[in-house]
This record gives sequence, C-alpha cells and structure tokens, in this order.
Amino acid sequence: MIAIEIEKKMRTYEGHTVLRVNTQIAPGSITKVYGPSGCGKSTLLKVIAGLVSPEKGKIIVDDVVWEDTATKFSLKPQQRKVGFVFQHYALFPNMTVLEHLQYATDDAAWINRLLHFGRLETLVKHKPEYLSGGQQQRLAILRALAIKPRLLLMDEPFSALDMDMRGVIINELKGLIRELKCTALIVSHNPNEVDAITNEELAL
Amino acid sequence: MDWGPIWLTLRLAGITTALLLVFGLPLAYWLSRGKSLIKIIIEAIITMPLVLPPSVLGFYLLVAFSPQHGLGKWLADHFDVQFVFSFKGLVLASVIYSMPFMIGPIKSALQGLPLSLSQASYTLGKSELETFRKVLLPNIRASLLTAIILTFAHTLGEFGVVLMIGGNIPGTTRVASIAIYDAVESMDYASANNYSLVLFAFTFVIVMAVFIFNRRSAKSPLE
Repeated sequence: MIAIEIEKKMRTYEGHTVLRVNTQIAPGSITKVYGPSGCGKSTLLKVIAGLVSPEKGKIIVDDVVWEDTATKFSLKPQQRKVGFVFQHYALFPNMTVLEHLQYATDDAAWINRLLHFGRLETLVKHKPEYLSGGQQQRLAILRALAIKPRLLLMDEPFSALDMDMRGVIINELKGLIRELKCTALIVSHNPNEVDAITNEELAL
Repeated sequence: MDWGPIWLTLRLAGITTALLLVFGLPLAYWLSRGKSLIKIIIEAIITMPLVLPPSVLGFYLLVAFSPQHGLGKWLADHFDVQFVFSFKGLVLASVIYSMPFMIGPIKSALQGLPLSLSQASYTLGKSELETFRKVLLPNIRASLLTAIILTFAHTLGEFGVVLMIGGNIPGTTRVASIAIYDAVESMDYASANNYSLVLFAFTFVIVMAVFIFNRRSAKSPLE
C-alpha cells in the first residue's frame, strides 16, 4: 500500500498554487493520474520519487516511510529506486540504447527481453539523437523497467507512440507490470489514452 | 636559442592545468548546483582575475606570501615552503589567475544540461559521483576540452602576475613571456622573435588540434 499525504507549493504563470494530495494506492494497481495542465501531475510523481521535496506531508510505501516532513526525513531517490519515465525522456546523449539498459542493470537476459518488448533490438548501437521520438520514448520506458522496480512512475509515457505501437506496448506492458508485481502510476492529460492499461484513477 | 624558458612555461602550464582540472571539476559541479549567497561570493572571487589587472593580483600574492611576515612567514617557519621567487609560487599564481578559464566553461556546460539527466540516473540507484562520472561528464566533453585548452593557453601567456611573484630567475621562474620581455628590454629582437614564434606556433597547433579531433562538438573558446 502506498499512502500519500502531501502539500507542495508550485509556481505557475498566475503565481503560486498548492498541490494537495491525500490518497492511498493499492499494491499492484495501475493508476491513471489525470487533470488539467499545470495541476501538478508531474510534480506529484517527482515528489513520490524523491526528486522534489514537499513542504508538508508524509509518504509511506509498504509500511516504509519514504518522506516525513515532520521529522525532516526523506529517503534518497537512489534508495527509493522507482522506475521513472520522464515526460521528455531524459535519455543520456552519450549512451547507446544498449548502454542505457546496461547502465541500469547487469541482467543480460532481462535486457534482451526488454529490447524485444520495445522493438529496439536492431537499434542497440544507436544513440538517442539517431532515434525517432517514438523510439526514444520506448527506450525511456525500457530503462525504467530495467531496474525491475516495485513502483513504476510514468509521465505521459505513450504520447509519442503511433496508434499501432501504443496498442502493442500497452498490452505487453500490462503483462510485465503484473509479472514484476509492480504498482504503477501513469500520468496522462488525455485520460482515454491510458484507459486500456489502468484499473484505478486519481484526479488532481 | 635557450629553450629553458619554453620548457619551464610548458611545465608550468601543464601542472597548472592538471591541478585546476582536479580541483576545478568538483568546484564547478558544486557551483553549478543552486545559487546560495556563499556560491555567488565564491564565484565572484574566482572570476576576479578575468577583470583584475594581473599586477594587482601579483602584488597581493607577493605581499601575502612574503617570507618576512604573515602567512608567508608562517609557511616558511612551519613547513619550509616559500612561494615568492620560486616555481611553486608561479604554480600558485597561475592556478589562481587561470581558475576562471577552467571553472567558467565547465560550470556553464553543467548548468546547460537538463536537470532530468541526473534525476534519471538517481532513480536508477546511481550515486551523485557515478552520475557525474558516467552521465554528466561525458556530455560536457566539448566544454571540458575547451576549458583545458583555454587554461593551458592562458597560462602560456601569463606575464604580469608571474613577474610579480616569481621575478626573473633563469631555470626557476623565467618563463617564455618574461624571456621575451627581457630580450626586448636588452634590444635582442632576434631572441624575442624566436620565443614569440615558438609560443605562437605551439598555441596555434594545440587549438587547431582540438578543433580537428573534435570537429562535431568542439565549441569555440569564444562561445
């Protein structure tokens, strides 16, 4: 179970606004996080991953405290080890497709499986600048899965995929998430886009 | 032609660049993260040699490290170290004087990288050091090369600060720029020309080599 009760100040064009989230996420669920632009969907994922600190609140994952502002405790992102798919991919320009996955894991069999899942087997020696937007996005998903995370946070993970590829990836990703016994939160500003994979929802 | 001043200059530039690389990388990384008041003050101090007349810096170093009093006396008494009129002093002055040329390009390049690169690495369980080594550093290679070349080339051409703290001791502190000045003073234009030509050619070759070896990503020192 993931219990989230946080407050985070955010800067917007209109000034400051406060993101308030108080929710519980069931283990193994795939939750769709949606809401209008600027409501704090990406910020929420970053707070959970430990990349951004909330002003107030607590995050407890499987009875382990990850964040508690009252005691000024914050587990480092390295210790949380969540799989994170960044909205703009955040791929490493110096690494090839294969090097991205090798940087994340030593498990060669798992890397091969992921490459097959992402349909990137023929592009292992390519650096991100030589990949299309869709290929880059798939690599970002594979890199997040490479560490076999217990919690997967995905920020607009299918936005650059064409309809066919989106269907294939979503279908197989569902199986992988189940296999990894992983809980997932998927941010989307287009709720229908991820309906095929999610079974819970969180509106912001 | 006496090659002593040329070798001494190259030795000084090499040691200065190596030292600045070792200290400059972590310092530039630290400065690139956030903007606290202490960082602003330290950055201003590091940048000062860019705008300060070299003789001013040289004068203060001379006073600070004079073995007659203060810090210089303490260093001489306790560690038997003397910076004034010694090669060690030249290295110290060069490190301070060339620091902005090493720190500036590296810091700017690190700040230019998206924050999400290091964040992505952290979520994979990688430490800050490993992220710096395997993600950040390879992606600022061109700027790093520019910083190294600028520092080396700038040290080759140092004059005022070197003259102030080192003087003109053959084999110890008489670097090429001082040898040129000395030759011109004594109307020996042939020697001045020889030293100048060697420095000019050497600098041109290393800058050209950088652009040739790194044609795709090398940045102009003026960028």
